[in-house]
Order: sequence, then C-alpha cells, then structure tokens
Amino acid sequence: MNKLVEVKNLKQYFKVGKGQVVKAVDDVTFDIYKGETLGLVGESGCGKSTTGRTIIGLYEATGGEVLFNGLSVHRKKSAKEAKELKRKMQMIFQDPYASLNPRMTVADIIAEGIDIHGLAKSKEERMNRVYEMLETVGLNREHANRYPHEFSGGQRQRIGIARALAVEPEFIIADEPISALDVSIQAQVVNLMKKLQREKGLTYLFIAHDLSMVKYISDRIGVMYFGKMVELADAEELYRNPIHPYTKSLLSAIPHPDPETERTRKRIIYDPSQHNYKEGEDVRMREITPGHFVYCSEAEYEKYKAMHS
Amino acid sequence: MEKVLEVKDLHISFDVYGGEVQAVRGVSFDLYKGETLAIVGESGSGKSVTSKALMRLLPMPPAKIKQGQILLEGRDLTKLSEKEMQRVRGAEISMIFQDPMTALNPTMTIGKQITEVLLKHQQMTKAEAKARAIELLDLVGIKEPALRFKQYPHQLSGGMRQRVVIAIALACNPKVLIADEPTTALDVTIQAQILELIKDIQKKTRTSIIFITHDLGVVANVADRVAVMYAGKIVEKGTVDEIFYNPKHPYTWGLLASMPSLEHGDEELYSIPGTPPDLLNPPKGDAFAPRNAYALKIDYEMEPPMFQVSDTHYAATWLLHPNAPKVEPPKVVRERMKKFEALTKDRGGEKR
Repeated sequence: MNKLVEVKNLKQYFKVGKGQVVKAVDDVTFDIYKGETLGLVGESGCGKSTTGRTIIGLYEATGGEVLFNGLSVHRKKSAKEAKELKRKMQMIFQDPYASLNPRMTVADIIAEGIDIHGLAKSKEERMNRVYEMLETVGLNREHANRYPHEFSGGQRQRIGIARALAVEPEFIIADEPISALDVSIQAQVVNLMKKLQREKGLTYLFIAHDLSMVKYISDRIGVMYFGKMVELADAEELYRNPIHPYTKSLLSAIPHPDPETERTRKRIIYDPSQHNYKEGEDVRMREITPGHFVYCSEAEYEKYKAMHS
Repeated sequence: MEKVLEVKDLHISFDVYGGEVQAVRGVSFDLYKGETLAIVGESGSGKSVTSKALMRLLPMPPAKIKQGQILLEGRDLTKLSEKEMQRVRGAEISMIFQDPMTALNPTMTIGKQITEVLLKHQQMTKAEAKARAIELLDLVGIKEPALRFKQYPHQLSGGMRQRVVIAIALACNPKVLIADEPTTALDVTIQAQILELIKDIQKKTRTSIIFITHDLGVVANVADRVAVMYAGKIVEKGTVDEIFYNPKHPYTWGLLASMPSLEHGDEELYSIPGTPPDLLNPPKGDAFAPRNAYALKIDYEMEPPMFQVSDTHYAATWLLHPNAPKVEPPKVVRERMKKFEALTKDRGGEKR
C-alpha cells in the first residue's frame, strides 16, 4: 500500500508563560495509507486535534516533519507547491455553527476554494460545480443562495463537507465532525463520508472521542494519551485485543447501549505510574503482532509479546 | 411502589415572533421513589424544557404552561406562587446542569456556594453549614474537602466541578434530582466516574432521579425506566430492558439502529432520513410520519394513542393496532429482540 501521509517524530510545544511549555504533541510517528481511514482517539487535551492541525499546517511544527506524497508540509516551498498542497489537504471542523461564515451565501462558501485555486473558467462553470457539490452531499441546488443560519446542524455539516470537496482534495482531516450532531443525524453524516470515500478514493484522518463511531468508520485506529501515541492497530484488532493499559481503560469506560452488558461491566482504571519507566529508558512504539504497535519499554515489549503470541 | 412525582398531560409553548412554538405537547409520566427515569430524545424534542418546567425555571413569558399538572407528592407545582416555589426549588427538587463551567459562580468559593443552599433552606448556623458542606464534598468523592472548601471553581478540573455541582444539588436531600445531560461535557473516563457516583449516592439516599440525555449508552448504564421523546411527546416508555430489547416504536428502532455497536460490521448504518419537524407548525397526524419508513396512511391523518404492550411498556404507534399490518423492524433491532427472548426465558419471565 502507498503511504500518502508520513508523520515523523512530530512535536508541537506551546509556550504558556514563565518558561513553561505544554507538550501537546510529543514525538508522534505514524503513516496514513492511500484510501484508508485512520481514526485518532483520546480524551480532551491528549493532543489529537493539535496533531490534525499540525499535519495540515495550521501550526508550525516544533520538531519532526510531515510528508504528504513525499513533500514536506512545513519546509519552505514555492508558492505554486504550497498552493497545490493546500488544495490536496482539506479539513472538516467540529462545530458547523462556527466554521461557516454567517455573512456568506452557501454558494460563496463552497466556491471560495474554487476561486482561489482557479478551478472554474467561467461564472457558469463555477455555479455548476457548486450545484454538483450540493447534490453530492445530499442538499439541492436551491440551497445555493441561502445563508448558513437557514440550515440545521446536520445540513451545515454537509455544507462543510461540500466546501472541503469542492477543490478535489486527496486527503481530508475530519476533526470531530459528528460530535455536535444528534444521534440520528450522525449516522447520516457518517454514511455520507463513507460513500464519498468509496466514490472518490479519499483518505481520511478521523479525529473523535466517540469510540464506537470511530471503530465503525476507521480501518486503523491510533490512541493518544498526553501527547503521545500509545497504541496503533487495525480497528478490529484494537477492540478485540487492546494491549496498552490506557487503551484497556478507555475501552472499559465506554457505555454500551445494551443494559445487560452495562450491568456486568467492569471498569479498568489506568494508573500511569504502573509503567515505572527509568530515567533515560528507551520507550517507543514497538510492533507486538504484525501491524499492532504499542508504546512500551524493552521489558514491557517482552511481556506483551509473550502475552499476545 | 410509592409515587414521588406525577406529570399529567403537560403542554408548554413559547410565544415567538412567528407564532407559538409548541415545545411540549402533552407529556405524562410518573416517577417512583428511588428509581432513575431516563428521558431520551434529540435536541428540540422537549426533554430539557420538560425538566426545566418541573423546576419552574422557564422564563415566563415567553414560555407558558398551557395545561397540565406537575404533582410533587400530590402538590401541584404549576399552581404555586414564586415565593412558595423558592422553598421547593433546591430543597425538594434540585438539578444538576450539563456544563459545570457555567453552573458554578466563578467569583465565589466552592464552600460558599454549597453553604448558600443550606443557609437558605435549612435553618443552620454557619458552622453547622460548613461541617455539612465538607461532609457533602467528601460524599461526592472530593479528596481534601476542607482545602477544596476554600478554593474557587477555576482551581478544579471539569470532573471535580461536576462533583461540586452534584454536592450542591444534594445539599438538602431533595426528593427528586433532575440531571440534565450531566456527563455530556466530560470525557468518557470521567463520565464513567460521575455515573458511578450518581448511582452510588442514589443507593445511599434513595433519591428519585430524572436523567436527561441523548446518549443511549449512558441510558443503558443508569436507567431503571426510559421515556423516549420526539417532537414534544413521549412516543415510548418502558423498563430499560423493554426499550433496549423489545422496542415497539419506529423512532426508537431508528435511534437504536443508527448507533454502531462494537460488533458492527461494514454494512451501512441505519439512519433516520430527514430532520425533526418545526414545532411552530406541528404536522397533522404523527409528527414522526414523514421520517418513518414504516408510516401507515393513518399516521398522516390521526395521532396514534399510547398502546399498552405490557404493564410497564407503552408506545404511541399505529403499528400496535390490532388491524395494522405486520412489519419487520431493522436487522439490528431484530437481533436485540432475540436477546430479549433469551433473557426473559432465563429468568422465567421475571421482570426487573
């Protein structure tokens, strides 16, 4: 499989005054393959959104690099290359109320990228593309001249998706795209994203905290904890055989819509001190079973390996 | 079982520029001592309006209670004067809000916010109130309560703040506790802690809880009984097992089927098409009919009454009428029903 995005030792530190530094993303390495959906989960403050925003270049990385099709996102490039890169990577945001300009019509919102990248030669072609996009996401052409406040949350999220798709990207970062929506609307948006992926061969980085939805949409899942990626595996594998104690704790905390399992559920509590890493110990991602990576020390690696083979 | 609260045919409207939004259109339910009733529904279904009406927290105008009764141990809260209501609020019924960041006053210490309730409702001296507040902080699992007593909300994490909000709500041993999405703003691991705390406290104090949420996972965890709301009405109510394993209303089917289970394969998610109706002009007939793949002709003409399924289980759908055609619910729901049959067989038909 081809690697579309390579994230190598990515670091994103924020200064918070008095010489203090928050290590929001601390030495994270992973790849995203062409055509797959990589899910990124973790609790608030674990750095999952920062990772997404750094990959797309909204933040200057503190260290490490991000390669898109072999091209560095953060290093200097020609204006043409930079523009092309921005066209190929797009983002869908969490809050469809805050991410659409209330003073622009839907047509202008969707066509903004088309105009910037000169993708339409005439006014007519521009509008035709807008109509096409609206129909692709399940809205209709009459919606083009309306303003965002005239739409419901689910419809706005569709407009956000149409805007991202309008410039024909290859890679979309979806940062909690369904968290602000109602259950019945969530399923509509997720089904739409899956359909578009099939039709257009898109690659997704899907960031969320709702683990059951992430499991459903993702091919592989990465779990983050305090700026580190602690486990990365196939979605199915991660749920069946979680290895890192934090992943186990996270999975045990999700309530299932099933009263019988809820009555018997045992919660596992994660205590970070259980690792007892020594100063200077080599702790990094290691492959336990094929394709299943866990953040661990040499000793833990031996232990996990013995338990899972 | 002893009834604590009875809501009868409650209608609430909001007067707005365009007319009258009928947010709650005839809601009835009972709440028994020591139980947890979950009210589930999407945004705009009227679940929060109902709960705020119980506390008489709705701004009137624009809101108005058009008809119906709210009986707390036989006393009709809708008839009380504001002054009388102030003696009920916080003492007999209290509420836990969704967002602990906004529910607490940032300029008051934690201690002051808890003792405020005690001094107001229970003729305590300041020293007694302080002792009780520290006891409450301890009850909701806050370590070093004496130290936290002197601190301000910004010095606490989100989960801790929600614990403080719970401590305030519990201060006067209320008969009814309304929890309006108390864990929605929290992370899953913190959510699990708070849910455990609420259940634990309920065991100790025998408080009746109305738990409002849109998260069916949370409902399965906390509820004894469930009421499903849609467009200002309760469309189905029953015990937690009946709602999750033997649902009868197509809207409940849709809700359950649109959440992927962890065993869910690659097939497309079942989704409810369209959006909820505009309650400024509620549709004729069943409000869910336009989104309902199982809608019958009569659904567009007449609203279905509540049909009884069992002693505890009711659903408002014409599909339960003896003359209705037999329909197959979605696959996910059929699997749940199979599980229910197995469950009831195991227990010899015994109900929880």
